[in-house]
Amino acid sequence: MNGPVASLNTAWFALIGVLWTGYLVLEGFDFGVGMLSLAIGRDDIDRRLCRSAIGPVWDGNEVWLIVAAGATFAAFPLWYASMFSGFYLALFVVLAALIVRGVSFEYRGKRDSPRWRAGWDRALAAGSLVPAFAWGLVFVDLVHGLPLSASGRYAGTFTDLFPAVAVVGGLASLAMFLAHGATFLSLKTAGPLAGRARRVARWLSPPAGALVMGTAFWLAAAGSGSAGRLPGLVPLILAVACGAAFVASGALAAIGRDGVAFGLSALGIAAGVAAIFTALFPRVMASSGPGVALTIFSAASAHETLLVMTIVAAIFVPLVLAYQGWSYWVFRQRLVRPVAQPGPSSAPGSPDPAHTSDPQR
Amino acid sequence: MSVLLSRWQFGVTITYHFLFVPLTIGLALLVAVMQVLAYRRKDAAWERLSRFFGTLFLINFAMGIVTGIVQEFQFGMNWSNYSVFVGNIFGAPLAMEGLLAFFLESTFVGLWIFGRNRLPPLVHTLSICVVSLGTMVSAFFILTANSWMQHPVGYRVAGHQALLTDFWAVLRNSTLWAEFAHTVLAAFVTGAFFVLGVSAWQILRGRQPEVFSRAARLAAGFGLVCTFLTIVTGDIQARLMDTQQPMKMAAAEAVYQSRKGASFSLLTIGNLSGQPVFQIRVPHLLSLIATLSWNGQVTGITQAGHAEAARHGGSAASYVPVLWVTYWSFRLMVGLGLLMLVVSAWALWRSRRGSPRAFGVTRRTLWVLAAFTAAPFLANTFGWLFTEMGRQPWIVYGLLKTAQAGSPAVSQTDVAVTFGGFVLLYTVLGIIELGLMARAIGRGLGPDEEADQGGPPSGTSEAEQKAAQDLVY
Repeated sequence: MNGPVASLNTAWFALIGVLWTGYLVLEGFDFGVGMLSLAIGRDDIDRRLCRSAIGPVWDGNEVWLIVAAGATFAAFPLWYASMFSGFYLALFVVLAALIVRGVSFEYRGKRDSPRWRAGWDRALAAGSLVPAFAWGLVFVDLVHGLPLSASGRYAGTFTDLFPAVAVVGGLASLAMFLAHGATFLSLKTAGPLAGRARRVARWLSPPAGALVMGTAFWLAAAGSGSAGRLPGLVPLILAVACGAAFVASGALAAIGRDGVAFGLSALGIAAGVAAIFTALFPRVMASSGPGVALTIFSAASAHETLLVMTIVAAIFVPLVLAYQGWSYWVFRQRLVRPVAQPGPSSAPGSPDPAHTSDPQR
Repeated sequence: MSVLLSRWQFGVTITYHFLFVPLTIGLALLVAVMQVLAYRRKDAAWERLSRFFGTLFLINFAMGIVTGIVQEFQFGMNWSNYSVFVGNIFGAPLAMEGLLAFFLESTFVGLWIFGRNRLPPLVHTLSICVVSLGTMVSAFFILTANSWMQHPVGYRVAGHQALLTDFWAVLRNSTLWAEFAHTVLAAFVTGAFFVLGVSAWQILRGRQPEVFSRAARLAAGFGLVCTFLTIVTGDIQARLMDTQQPMKMAAAEAVYQSRKGASFSLLTIGNLSGQPVFQIRVPHLLSLIATLSWNGQVTGITQAGHAEAARHGGSAASYVPVLWVTYWSFRLMVGLGLLMLVVSAWALWRSRRGSPRAFGVTRRTLWVLAAFTAAPFLANTFGWLFTEMGRQPWIVYGLLKTAQAGSPAVSQTDVAVTFGGFVLLYTVLGIIELGLMARAIGRGLGPDEEADQGGPPSGTSEAEQKAAQDLVY
């Protein structure tokens, strides 16, 4: 752990934290909605509403992951190399999940067969569940420590990726994303579907918050949380803030304050990512093995690369935020359940009698 | 370490990925052109065509995206020594590809799919243009990374890493600009032959031939120009390669001894060890390709191998790539390119007496055009096989060998599991993809909205229509 705190290395560590925050806040609700579409979508239209709620944005949300990985590659090559090869099989499962989930959006509606659609609904749910669990596991592993060799490479086996605390961390992220997806659906849909989403947010948010805080205290008790350069209290406070945000989010969802509830679950995830990154700093991968931890100094690229990347990021990150924000603005309205079943499958003009009396919130 | 299996995995997954990518680049541009024509001329036929090919574009786009993430992750997963070595330089364009291109593509594709009834027509038209721009920016940055592997510039080596000294040099790399032009033009050719082939098929089946004739005419002209330019830029690339990677040029021809005024073999029967059973040779052609002069000096495999051994140690033979792969992939790429030039020129010539509403070529020509949909995909694949296999044993030319580039933490079993998994997953998705493409093509054009002024069924309010339109998926 050498090198000044005020350096490009620190800036890039922070920026990668921001990229992961963007990814997990945004794709977090995509994952939640993906799982909930199966759990609380009662029929074909409900599930299409769920998909269409995230339809215009899910792909752009996933790019945050690609950029986070690319930025890690560029700014901290040894971190990228060690982490991605260390989590080899776990990442394969995540990739497979993201693939079937991604194509399910485009493929589901292309055939008018209930079996075909049900299959892609399950693919969306499973493809959302796997990464929702895996990202929590991965980040708790980074803080908790993995067996690293003297040259900073992963020296463990597949099962070393699953210490009990990391599994709890995976469950915490799973619960957070479900609750976050529920607040998003309450905000973006109307009628009974939104009502069911509010109930999920109400009952799931408190346990999600509790799981986050439990993981944080467990990590702190295990000692790894205090091995960073920042006081161990900082990540703990952030984790408690994350938990509190989720508890409050659930309470507000219950009384129909959808916008605030969603804002709080988003803030909660951001605080959770901040807790992870402050617990790590200035390490990027804690070590439980013979080698020392990788840090933002030992894993980093040289000054020239960091400088070029800083200039590019300073120009383009605000630009991306601007047009992505605009696209959210374009699609800001709530989706309402059409009375007549839309789509090529329907006989036009024959309203579905079961749903004609849906109150629009 | 399991470099051989990792190479197979990377080779198979990137080849698969690169079936979708050039079609995405080419079709995004053509759909954008169709929609601009529809917008500017208020033309219903172009509108319907842009929707039809837009649907095919999206089916293809989805696969390109999801298979692309695999490629980015694989550098770290299977090639961690490589990643540490090149991260300073290779990582930067990769991150920029995401930041400058992928965000643009994915955000605006979302706006394009869902914004049809929500955005003003001009903004909706511009969003597909932005998607098209994004695909080209993406190609630029990923080829910046690849061309640095072919011809490293702007770096110094310190310890186990190549460090960046001059980012402008990396962006100004001569290899990059030749490779970018060649690859993007080839992608345009892919889009053009796809539109041409699908349109020919629809005309053959009698599905709205008067509308598809327009698409065929556009695609034939665009395809001819782009095929010609692809050949020109390929030739420029070959001359750069002759000076930058002489072994690759020698391996393309399997020519052993350096010579002046070297001939080019169209095909070889027997082995490539220098004593063929039968060959058809064109005098002086290799010298022309490699040096642009009748009697130019072409380096042979033997001399190139000795030169590399003198510089980097080891035996001369260890610097020779797999010759049957380089020899045949080069020929097949070039041969297919020339055939596509002939076919698109022929289609355009034969259709000269046609009209915008009738393509005016014979059914036999239409069949050939439909079959040639596959040609650019094959040529693209052979081109990449040639340039990547021809660089071996190097992963970064002259700096790092593929054998040293793997991941120490990843076992043979690990790679076997993931390789099997990818092959299984990709095969299933490939079959589904082709099936959906065939269905979408078989469905033909959507309803003609001008002719169909009846509007939505009576009794539905405006709010109702909007609600139905929002349910895109």
